[in-house]
Amino acid sequence: MNFFETQHLTKAFGGLIAVNDVSFQVVKGEIHGLIGPNGSGKTTVFNLINGYYPITSGKILFEGHELNGLPTWKICKLGIGRTFQVVKPLRRMTVLENVMCSAFNLTTRRDVAKEKSLEVLEFCELSKKQDFQAKGLTIGDRKRLEIARALATGPRLLLLDETMAGLTPQEQAEGVKLIRKIRDAGITIIIVEHIMQVIMNICDRILCINYGQEIAGGTPAEVANNQAVIEAYLGKE
Amino acid sequence: MKPNHWSKLIIVLFLAIFPLIVPSDYYRHIFILALMWVVIGSSWNLLAGYTGQVSFGHAAFFGVGAYTAGLCVTKLHISAWWGMLLAGPVCMVVAFFIGCVCFRLRGPYFNLATLAIAEIFRLTAIVWRDLTEGMQGILIMRTFRNKTYYYYFALILAAACIYAIYRVIRSKWGYYFVAIREDQDAAESMGISSFRYKTFSLLISSFFTGLAGAFYMNYMGFIDPEVVFSLYFISIMAILVAIIGGAGTIWGPAVGAFIMVLLQETFRSSFFGLFPKWVSQAHVLVFGLLVIFVIRYMTNGIVGDWIKVQRLWSKNKEQPLASTGS
Amino acid sequence: MDVFIQTMVSGILIGGIYALVGLGMTLIMGVMRIINLAHGQLMMVAMYITFVLYEYFNIDPYFSLLVSMPALFLLGVLIQKYLLNPLLRIESIIPQNQILMTVGVAMVLTEVMRFIFQSDYKSVKTPYSSAVLYISSIAFNFPMLIAFGIAMLLTAGLFFFLLKTDTGKSVRATAQNKDAALLLGVNAEWITQLTYGLGAALAAAAGTLLLPIYYLYPDVGGPFTLKAFIITVLGGLGSTVGAIMGGLVLGVAESLGATYISMALKDAVGMVIFVLVLVFMPGGLKTLTKV
Repeated sequence: MNFFETQHLTKAFGGLIAVNDVSFQVVKGEIHGLIGPNGSGKTTVFNLINGYYPITSGKILFEGHELNGLPTWKICKLGIGRTFQVVKPLRRMTVLENVMCSAFNLTTRRDVAKEKSLEVLEFCELSKKQDFQAKGLTIGDRKRLEIARALATGPRLLLLDETMAGLTPQEQAEGVKLIRKIRDAGITIIIVEHIMQVIMNICDRILCINYGQEIAGGTPAEVANNQAVIEAYLGKE
Repeated sequence: MKPNHWSKLIIVLFLAIFPLIVPSDYYRHIFILALMWVVIGSSWNLLAGYTGQVSFGHAAFFGVGAYTAGLCVTKLHISAWWGMLLAGPVCMVVAFFIGCVCFRLRGPYFNLATLAIAEIFRLTAIVWRDLTEGMQGILIMRTFRNKTYYYYFALILAAACIYAIYRVIRSKWGYYFVAIREDQDAAESMGISSFRYKTFSLLISSFFTGLAGAFYMNYMGFIDPEVVFSLYFISIMAILVAIIGGAGTIWGPAVGAFIMVLLQETFRSSFFGLFPKWVSQAHVLVFGLLVIFVIRYMTNGIVGDWIKVQRLWSKNKEQPLASTGS
Repeated sequence: MDVFIQTMVSGILIGGIYALVGLGMTLIMGVMRIINLAHGQLMMVAMYITFVLYEYFNIDPYFSLLVSMPALFLLGVLIQKYLLNPLLRIESIIPQNQILMTVGVAMVLTEVMRFIFQSDYKSVKTPYSSAVLYISSIAFNFPMLIAFGIAMLLTAGLFFFLLKTDTGKSVRATAQNKDAALLLGVNAEWITQLTYGLGAALAAAAGTLLLPIYYLYPDVGGPFTLKAFIITVLGGLGSTVGAIMGGLVLGVAESLGATYISMALKDAVGMVIFVLVLVFMPGGLKTLTKV
């Protein structure tokens, strides 16, 4: 049994096929990259895994459970956390309260949830800002908060959607460090990212899709040298 | 003890001995109504201010509660006080079905659906004469002639309501409610079933609104559909009470209830007889102007903006939930 | 059978006027994404204007369209400019504060009219108020026919405006994508004012057209506000073609309800349709036609 896999995943919006017959496996403990040009269907794949959109056809399996048709919150409870490309902070709550909302997945006691949240904030290096209102955070901190919130639900698989976009090079370096730290804590990661430097650096394996179809897969080196991938990004010579 | 705790204590003490020091039945009446509105406003606030589901139809629950008490007398031939026991559960059942319909909708669709459902209840109560006596209304004998009993009853009801909501807000449910208000999609992805928790919020809210309705029947001794299912004087008034005091705050609706009831009464009585009679005819106009004024200049209400003001000069971080403020 | 046809005919005729009410609401909904809960009350104000013109200046209700529509257009622009638009800049816990504002406007309009005219029922009795045309055994109420005709003309005019003029295209662009319209240089502030003004003017037309066959009192607006939003939802929020169909459907449904169920439940019929549509067809009639 694979830790996580999709089988012939397909999503059509009316006549437009956004994701077409995508199958891939994720091994426990790895960082799996998902790349492709703009509009190639990466975020849609996340929205399908996450249950935000219903699947047109195909299957998603997580630790042997079929995710098809489950609501988003149940998928989260099964152990899949996610961040959003366009961050969604709970604006008029403090950073700590934001994370506590997630931590209540594991407990109903407020003090336990608070303790757990403080740990997660420490882990994400957000402790100093725990009493800030989420709407007042910088973009970098908002992205961290997204990750912290996803982590506090106690996931075994984490979906990261463009967590580096819009960050300064220094923030990116810290982000890479954080992602490695999450992996070292035993959480498997699927990451969508545009910044090639980042993705080539941290991923164990990469899947490249274009127009909703998989065009290449393998180690970073294999994908980087794949003719189809180069064409997808740069166009045909 | 901090100074604002002292002021709270004084207010509580004042409310506790109010009927003993103020012999006028008229002022007791005003305070009883204000306490009733504390209950309705706070309940609405739990659903709208904390959970973000702005109901334009709380009259449905108030009316169902009032009619539950009234029907105890006319149909079951038992005391209307049984209505106080039955109204809560009956309203929760009604609310559950309303929730199943309305929570499939978001934003303005939700507002409209709640408004429409309350209107359906009103029209049904008018037309279904066999059950409700229609526009004739239900008249019952009041139990006590002395308003002091009713006063304490309302006070206990209001205190229980605020305490219950306070406890809910401090619990996991409270965090979930605010999460749903702030961003439903984010909440879902954090493992929160928005439908389930919206329903919980609605059930609690309808329970207390129904109790307030049943109390109204017992206290006033008369109800008709146009009064208890009124769009403006129940549903909209509930919204105003909460907003003027501060939506999304524990004490806001309580403050708002006293302000609204006192203002209304002041105009209805032409400033207690000091002004010419035509002023009293304008009391609904004043009500409307107040709606416009509050929404234009005081969207976060007195308590809502009060905390913001307080934060400026005292770095007090022990707010129960920093969900208030702008 | 005659009863049925007669019911359908009166339903369709009144439906034409409802469509006018619904169109205004739909425009506002489409551009501002708010429900205008003062819609019926704007209509009521127009009815009082028409009433005053007839009573004191002897102006035929159909000519007073030329006064009531511009007057309400202006009122609408002012409401949007000074009461609704400023709210966009305020962040509040309750996101629906614009809707609440329209509720406040509705109350003030009603009460001001009550203050001036008292709560008495008024009506305009023109010589042709009860004129009836017969086609075989089916009666066509003459003022209703005229009202229906003018309503259709106004609707056509609105479509011409929206489809053929630059300003009309800006309105449609703003309704479709506000941010993009802003980028393309559309003055959104003015477009919202224009839209609310137009919506109010259309409501005014409906009010004026109804007056010869209807009676008038300050609370007459409330039921029409409810009808307007039933039509808007029925048609699919923001869809103009849908609003016309919604108006006709509501007119016919009410008419059938009044004939075959009970006069008293006429208004409830609309509400029930409304909730059913919201739940089972959230896109409204629009989803059936793809217009």
